[in-house]
Amino acid sequence: MNINDYLLHFQVTEEIIRQTMAEALSKGGDYCDIYFQHSIAEYIGLEDSAVNRAFSNIDMGVGIRVLNGNQTGYSFTEVITAEAMKKAARTAANIAKHNREFNNISFQEHFPANYYPIKRSWETVGVNEKIPYLQQINEKAFALDKRVIKVNISFTNSTTYILFANSEGRITYDYQPMGQISVSCIAEQDGQKEQNSFNLSGRYGIEFFTPENIDRLAREAVESTVALFEAGKPQPGEMEVVLSAGSSGILLHEAIGHGIEADFNRKEISIFADKIGKKVAEDFVTIVDDGTNPNVRGSINVDDEGNDTEKTYLIENGIMKSYLHDRLSAKHYKVKPTGSGRRESFRFAPLPRMRNTYMLPGPHKREEIIRSVKKGIIAETFTNGQVMIGGGDFTFYVKSGYLIENGKITMPIKDINIIGNGPEVLKNITMVADDFKMTEGGWTCGKEGQGVPVSMGLPTVKVSKINVGGV
Amino acid sequence: MTTHEKEALAQFVIDTAKKYGANEIALSITNDSGVEIQYRDGEIEQLNEAQQSGLAMQIYANHKYSSHSTNDLNKKNLERFIEQAVLSTKYLTADPYRSLPDPELYPKDLNRDLQLLDNKFDKTNTETRLEMVQKVYEAAKSQSDKIISVASGYSDGIMHNLRVHSNGFSGVKESTIFTIGAEVTVRDGDARPEDWFYVQNRFIDDLPDLKMIGNKAAKGALDKIGQKKVKSGSYSMLVENRAAGRLISMLISPLSAAAIQQKSSYLDGMLEKQVASEKLTIVDNPFIPKGFSSRLYDGQGIAAHKRTVIEKGVLKTYYVDDYYGRKLGMQVNGGSSSNLIFEHGNKSLEEIIKSLDKGILISGFNGGNSNTTTGDFSFGISGFLIEKGEIAQAVNEMNISGNAKDLWKKLVELGNDPYKWSSRQVPSLLFEDIVFSGI
Repeated sequence: MNINDYLLHFQVTEEIIRQTMAEALSKGGDYCDIYFQHSIAEYIGLEDSAVNRAFSNIDMGVGIRVLNGNQTGYSFTEVITAEAMKKAARTAANIAKHNREFNNISFQEHFPANYYPIKRSWETVGVNEKIPYLQQINEKAFALDKRVIKVNISFTNSTTYILFANSEGRITYDYQPMGQISVSCIAEQDGQKEQNSFNLSGRYGIEFFTPENIDRLAREAVESTVALFEAGKPQPGEMEVVLSAGSSGILLHEAIGHGIEADFNRKEISIFADKIGKKVAEDFVTIVDDGTNPNVRGSINVDDEGNDTEKTYLIENGIMKSYLHDRLSAKHYKVKPTGSGRRESFRFAPLPRMRNTYMLPGPHKREEIIRSVKKGIIAETFTNGQVMIGGGDFTFYVKSGYLIENGKITMPIKDINIIGNGPEVLKNITMVADDFKMTEGGWTCGKEGQGVPVSMGLPTVKVSKINVGGV
Repeated sequence: MTTHEKEALAQFVIDTAKKYGANEIALSITNDSGVEIQYRDGEIEQLNEAQQSGLAMQIYANHKYSSHSTNDLNKKNLERFIEQAVLSTKYLTADPYRSLPDPELYPKDLNRDLQLLDNKFDKTNTETRLEMVQKVYEAAKSQSDKIISVASGYSDGIMHNLRVHSNGFSGVKESTIFTIGAEVTVRDGDARPEDWFYVQNRFIDDLPDLKMIGNKAAKGALDKIGQKKVKSGSYSMLVENRAAGRLISMLISPLSAAAIQQKSSYLDGMLEKQVASEKLTIVDNPFIPKGFSSRLYDGQGIAAHKRTVIEKGVLKTYYVDDYYGRKLGMQVNGGSSSNLIFEHGNKSLEEIIKSLDKGILISGFNGGNSNTTTGDFSFGISGFLIEKGEIAQAVNEMNISGNAKDLWKKLVELGNDPYKWSSRQVPSLLFEDIVFSGI
């Protein structure tokens, strides 16, 4: 698809966009952008061995943003007509207070990259085609272990069309596919019930759900559930914590990532304000936030301000290098935007956000790391996390893991929270293995009421001291 | 959209869905609008104005069920959307429990006024709103020169909804909401602790003193200066009212019929049994005037009624929706909670603090989660160490962990301070003998 296809998709013309911009800047704003979005989302669900529910949603609209210095005026309309757009533009324009003539601009098409090629559009995949995937997973899950008593499976997919134009003359677009299968399992043994889940998610088409992946979805959901029968809780307190490669990347997202989003630093409310150029971690710690990983959930071809996405080095060899910028913060810090301006939908103004946040491999071996732990835990799977931006306290919830005693993995553990302080934990990363893995799960990051898809990754890492919940 | 226009649209949707093969339809059409102001460093940071509409429908085609929503209300597009929705429903497995609720369950009286709509909404202009956020901002900012940043915020909204079921239900809901508050960040060496205080109300004139809101947000952040973790061990745990809702969720979510039927509730089989200490009595009251969850019917059109959820620690009811109620053969009584009212105690938070020799006052939970299947929980916390009846130290970076089945039996006292700014009007809660993870 090219620019003309997108204009046709939204039934607008460059002339209508120009007229809307003239209205948006009529009160003297410095800049405006217009963000068209059309999303189609579908869900089918299996419960009690039957695919007996489906859901679909269509969301369409145009957001109009006007900047006046550091101030933002924002409005949107769900009706995409010249008249409705002009009305929304007049509302957003009110952030500025003086009259100005808008100089007519000519648009220059900006060609986005394609980091998520798919074989078939979700719009061509019918409900009837998806049903067998759920039935197969369900049968496999029950066949794997007699203790399984309930299996819930959901298949969700979405397609989003975006058309973006700004008053500097850039016009660009994106086509964002997403697919996810989630399996939740409940097993019972001697009257004790346990629950766990597994999912695979990314900017994929249906071709991603190969027989191997279908098999994994059933197997990992069941195995992670029945493993909990043996699990207990560690003793409470500070201890050594090993984070297993993969979804442990939640550590970076919570402990460091949010604190490095430039809006919090521009406002001086992040614990990482004033840390650029400073040594914050060991030499073998390099952390990036990357929008370019093929088909990964947090990847974007252009950000929601029309800027190219990139691989941004946040910490390189232990030195803090860059924040994640949107247009407002890049202007404030006089740097290039990092392609991190994202929004949940046309209803919201963009903010600096993470994409795929991960640590590059280090010099150690996983076995060597485990051997080095006297008394601690290894955390394997996670459900959620959060952070206090200014205090730096971050937490994440460990769904499953193991105790490590005298260099050996011993008892399984479950349902414990970990809490630490971002800058301190960064300093306390004492070992990094060479076994990097990107998580494949369906993570969504929330900030100021806006959710955006993200991913994260980590090699096996050791943190020398962190507070673990226990009894 | 007027009610009349919504009714015409609803009829079109029902007729169209039937034309393509649905035999029962429930639908809900909503439009809402509102304004949001974020204010920082003495100027508006962001001014948002929103107006939106949406349609949601549930389709039943011979006991095959699906649910769909769209904000594209263009009739031609809508017809295509409905056709597609009905078509995809036909591929699903028929489920004998799927149909619209029995009309007997619908409310008989829809005229009761729950006072959810403030007629002053339309008279509120940007200047008034701006004055309000400025007042909150100034009140917070003036508290201390240790304050690095104050962000005050205001938002309001008006909502109008029509729900129509093809087997004879039609109801209209209208409500307004006004929210105002601030977030404050202070300097504490390298760290920049933050706190917030936000309130909401159905009527703009019922909002409390704006200076109090700003002061409270600032005080919350200033009180955190010097926070650190203290020794791991067993403490009395006093949970401030605004944070206590988090614990209540652990009691309420496993009460849904869906959780019971799916065997994901640790409270399965506990009806009429002791699930908490005798101190705990919770009443679910959907009829409180101006309440945040007040309603005459729920999201399935089922008549709301007042009920006791927990009485002196004994579980009295589950929340049974139409579908899972049929599946379980249980009496349908509405599948979600409304306003939760607690039988509270007679001491204030300060008086309870005075009564404690060694305890931790939790002012906020930080992350963590709980497991409805097993009752396991673990939360990060921040708050204050209490020694000999006095606040001795701000604490943070600590965890509590355990199982909800045990936790609620350790509840020894409730404060006299139900939290007014939420549908869950929880007072401060005191538990004994809780293990904290620190240093």
